Amino acid sequence: MTPAVTARSLGLLSCHACGQLARPAPVALPRCPRCHAPLHDRKPASLATTWALTLAAMILFVPANTLPMMTTTSLGGSQQDTILSGVVFLWTSGSWPLAAVVFFASILVPLLKILALLYLAASVQRGSRVAPRARTRLYRMVEFIGRWSMLDIYVVTLLVALVRFQGLATVEAGPAALAFGGVVVLTMFAAMSFDPRLIWDPFTGDAETPDD
Amino acid sequence: MHHLRLPATVIACHDCDLLQHEPCLEPGRTARCVRCGAILARSPADSVDRSLALVVTAAVLYVLANVYPLVGLELQGRRVEVTQFGAVLSLWQEGMEPVAALVFVTAMAFPVLEVVMIAIVLVPLRLGRRAPGYARFYRLVRSVKPWGMIEVFLLGMLVSLVKLAHLASVILGVAFWATAALIVVLTFASRAFDPRLLWEQAEATP
Ligand SMILES: [Zn+2]
Ligand SMILES: [Zn+2]
Repeated sequence: MTPAVTARSLGLLSCHACGQLARPAPVALPRCPRCHAPLHDRKPASLATTWALTLAAMILFVPANTLPMMTTTSLGGSQQDTILSGVVFLWTSGSWPLAAVVFFASILVPLLKILALLYLAASVQRGSRVAPRARTRLYRMVEFIGRWSMLDIYVVTLLVALVRFQGLATVEAGPAALAFGGVVVLTMFAAMSFDPRLIWDPFTGDAETPDD
Repeated sequence: MHHLRLPATVIACHDCDLLQHEPCLEPGRTARCVRCGAILARSPADSVDRSLALVVTAAVLYVLANVYPLVGLELQGRRVEVTQFGAVLSLWQEGMEPVAALVFVTAMAFPVLEVVMIAIVLVPLRLGRRAPGYARFYRLVRSVKPWGMIEVFLLGMLVSLVKLAHLASVILGVAFWATAALIVVLTFASRAFDPRLLWEQAEATP
């Protein structure tokens, strides 16, 4: 088998926007000859940005889960709900498939996403040669499922807008909505700043692709 | 190594940087990276005509989804109806401006941007011309694409309706069904569009 030849090992840059391979002009900020996007060898400051954003998301994850997501006021009085108590409510009222969906999207997805990003950043930092294919797949999964954690934000938006029966029932958004929105945005930016090619850089020139 | 000339069909994988030949794809086929399995290229059939038809459909559905109410609630003879924008507005007025902006951008503004981009690029292409500034616009749309989350919004709507079912009677509006249809059409439009057409055209019409 021929050794793995990467664009970097030939001094070429591939455009992140249109995929064009280019030999960069010797200027400070080379641009793609086809679509004019800025060219980078790897995403700039990829690891440091991923670390910073993931850690910030971890910190915000705490208030997002402990503060109230919304306050429901009805004739029976007023009730504050966190994300978890919202899931419990769905479960006890019999709609357990939806309870499972909300638990998955609002609690499990953000948590797994933060853990996966920490693992990916740490393994690249160490120059790990373990299971690159599986790690690349993990990265693609993080990118794909991350969006589903917006679910609870949309639920709160719709409940606030719909439940406006003055004197009978009203719903107000709580501070956890802000924190939770922050977690979603930060983890999305963290995933975007991570460059999966860093996983493969230790294998440049190897004759065989390592299996998982 | 440095005076090596690469054939135009060589591409680098965006996920692992491996150089490989871009295979000649039959319509409807997908090419994957031999090393990491990333999708390198798709070759949709009848790309231009199909994308244009889907874009027109999506535009109609988008208008319906935004003009008509999404859902209504009826409680003791009182009725509340809400449109997508109305929902964003009430969150904004409650002092949750950042969250309202996030919802507006991810559920209303960005999902449709890809359709606008496809239309702006494809209509001149169909007429054999080149859209001015298309490359910059293409890049912009690519970078906002992950932020369009209309399908998550629809699921959020279902969850809220279940939560409300015990409180009041729920009426699904025209916009609810339009949004559901829009998600399907958007998915197909995004699959039907082949960005390589854009670059081929750009090279043919200097
Ligand atoms: Zn380019
Ligand atoms: Zn690859």
